[in-house]
Amino acid sequence: MFRFILRRLLQMVLAFFGTTLIVYALMFAGQGDPIQALAGERPVTAAQRAYLTEKYHLDATGVGGFFYRYLDYLKNLLQGDLGQSLTGRQISDVLAAAWPVTVQLALIAMAVTVLFGVTAGVLAGIRRASIFDNSTLVLTLLVLGIPTIVLAPLAQYLLGVKWQLFPPTAGAEPDLYALLLPGIVLGSLSLATALRLTRTSVAENLRADYVRTARSKGLVKRRIVGVHVLRNSLIPVVTFLGVELGNLMSGAIITEGVFNIPGVGFNLFRGIRTEDGPLVVGIVSVLVVVYLVSNLVVDVLYAVLDPRIRYE
Amino acid sequence: MRVRRLAAWTALPLAVTLGLVACGSGGDGGSGQRDPNAAVRIEIAEPQHLVPTNTNETSGSQVLSALFSPLVDYDGANKPHEVAAQSVTSSDNTVWTVKLKDGYTFHNGEKVTADNYLDAWNYGAYAPNGQNSSYFFEKIAGYENLQGEKPKAKTLSGLKKVDDLTFTVKLSEPYSEFKSMLGYTAFYPLPKAAFSAPGVLAEGYEQAPIGQGPFRMKGTWQHDAKVEVTRYDAFPGEKPKVGGVEFRIYQQPTAAYADVLSDNLDVIKTIPTENLSTAATDLGDRFQQSPASSLQVLAIPTFQKEFAKPEVRKAISMAIDRDEITKSIFKDSQQPARSFVSPVVAGYRENTIGTAGEFDPAKAKAMYEAAGGPKKIELSYNGDGGHKDWVDATCNQLKANLGVECVGTAEPKFADLLTKVKQKQSVGLFRMGWVMDYPSMENYLGPLYSTNGSSNYYGYSNPEFDKLLAEGAKAPNEEAAIKKYQAAEDLLAEDMPVIPLRFGQNNFGHSTKVRNVEMDLFDRVDLLKIEAVK
Repeated sequence: MFRFILRRLLQMVLAFFGTTLIVYALMFAGQGDPIQALAGERPVTAAQRAYLTEKYHLDATGVGGFFYRYLDYLKNLLQGDLGQSLTGRQISDVLAAAWPVTVQLALIAMAVTVLFGVTAGVLAGIRRASIFDNSTLVLTLLVLGIPTIVLAPLAQYLLGVKWQLFPPTAGAEPDLYALLLPGIVLGSLSLATALRLTRTSVAENLRADYVRTARSKGLVKRRIVGVHVLRNSLIPVVTFLGVELGNLMSGAIITEGVFNIPGVGFNLFRGIRTEDGPLVVGIVSVLVVVYLVSNLVVDVLYAVLDPRIRYE
Repeated sequence: MRVRRLAAWTALPLAVTLGLVACGSGGDGGSGQRDPNAAVRIEIAEPQHLVPTNTNETSGSQVLSALFSPLVDYDGANKPHEVAAQSVTSSDNTVWTVKLKDGYTFHNGEKVTADNYLDAWNYGAYAPNGQNSSYFFEKIAGYENLQGEKPKAKTLSGLKKVDDLTFTVKLSEPYSEFKSMLGYTAFYPLPKAAFSAPGVLAEGYEQAPIGQGPFRMKGTWQHDAKVEVTRYDAFPGEKPKVGGVEFRIYQQPTAAYADVLSDNLDVIKTIPTENLSTAATDLGDRFQQSPASSLQVLAIPTFQKEFAKPEVRKAISMAIDRDEITKSIFKDSQQPARSFVSPVVAGYRENTIGTAGEFDPAKAKAMYEAAGGPKKIELSYNGDGGHKDWVDATCNQLKANLGVECVGTAEPKFADLLTKVKQKQSVGLFRMGWVMDYPSMENYLGPLYSTNGSSNYYGYSNPEFDKLLAEGAKAPNEEAAIKKYQAAEDLLAEDMPVIPLRFGQNNFGHSTKVRNVEMDLFDRVDLLKIEAVK
């Protein structure tokens, strides 16, 4: 087990540098005129242009220029310096401000998913074709059908402005209560998926041989479902949740925008819009680490859930 | 428009004294009493910089307008009057003498002297400092010696200190409206504390800028979250009526709008277009509009031979129904434009483009065909600015009224569009917007249409126009200058290098907790007028 984890960690280092290279190359290739992008529609003075070009080596173009700038970036990265965004802010500061709030948001969304999605999924799986089962299926279909871009403003208007149950926006340093609504909105999509996944998995496992054996041995139903079925059924759900954690952090662009949360999604969007290569690479690198770690945790959890899976 | 607004504002205090405002529309629970120590919350976007000479977008200059007091400000007729300056005078429009009022201090206790202005302006004009607003100093003598990679000088030769409260500014060319320029953000002074060495801005100054204005910083600039300022009690000028301001940073105006509706935010400066149709019902008389300085135009590459004839350009202008588009697409959030300068500057006249601004499809078509306009028109715009709807509507009008083919082409960003235009690639007509730097007619004419104008992307060149502009700059007084500029504008009306479409408007709204919310010429909330209600 220990060797397995070590091997995975070493692979991570390679994957990390691979992604920075690819993302840096993509941003480099897509770079038009970041200085004009920063100024919007205002004319840029020659002095301003010369100053920024020199400061960020924007005149280094072509393949040679790319490797010059990428190696320069890597050199600084290894010294713990993520560089500066085009407005002169330290990218490490940007990330330090953005990550905590996004992590909180993702965890709330995750908690909502696990608490309601998995529980309702198990119930629906046990009572197939009941009223509860059918109504949750219809509901989840509805949620899956509504895009976030509609759901988020609608929730904000109804629950925030009209009935004043929640503050309409969360802001930069929100308390838990203010994050609840965006968390639920963000989590609703994965909640629906988790629910349907759990339901199918539980329903399938209830028909398995070992369940019949357990029943004929006279085990109580609660123990059959709670221990035997649930452990086996959670494997696909855990896989999904592991990947979803990364998705929640990177994919909250719309939700963060609607509820005015200056988190990772928003910064990613801003970086792409202003052609801020270093900012995008910085954020994506951290996201890659999140994906890799959560994947590793999922793999280790398999072994915990199912004794038949053991790593050498 | 303006008169009505002024009337409304003079009527308001009257109404207050008569006790007519005491009963709100419910839900505010306030007694209608002014609360002199409350802080108001105003929406901004994340500023790019908070250094006066480096700030050229509205959000940053909104924050700086709280921290600094300008040399001059503008009255109801958009004419400059002294604020931090005692007087700004000149006998020949070339050498200007600026006398400062005594008693101004920076928030760290430093006394404001002429040196503070000279230091700040020299810093801004020095090219290697890469300041966004350095071009504001180009009229001052010696500016060119501060340009390039290794400038010959570090200070502007045209700036001379006379005594602690007086300095002179020598311009390289006479310019009659120099006083009007001085109200802008770029001309604020900087304290000694802002510099770590002569000409070197201290690291971190913009995280907590020290100014000499009515408010001082409370803590530091919290990026992407907020900037808080609190009343500066030693301020000698007109005192603000609130205890402080929280500039709250929003990524999207829709979020700010939701907050204003539920009293979680006091002022939204730009109501999002999708909410405009309901804003009047949502906010009642707390939804307001005022003229803004922006101007939207369709620029025409006059260097392409199919557009070389003014008749073609006028015919296109005539075939566009401006009123219809501002109503149906913009829900009256903008005003139809039929002049080249905005109503917010002195010297503005309505309808200077004359017949070219009248919607007349039949006449337009006849004129277009007679002049041999192209069979196919392309309208280019930047896809990231929400321009698609009106461009498509304009295209449909041109199709119907001129009988031509018309397509709207989106470039990803305005920068991409500009790159193509600069390389003289054919993009057809393209949209452009202009926001003034300082309230003067010249600012709407010089950069856009003079032969070497910094934003003249359509190759328009008219020696007569250039001559009139130069004469306007040398004119003995503002009235005479305006006369010359108006004559220059009339030339534009004959040539139509661009088609004016719409003037911008501030569509702003506020919560039940504030009153007397007004916007100034630079699209900023007037922080000396706003009041908080208990």
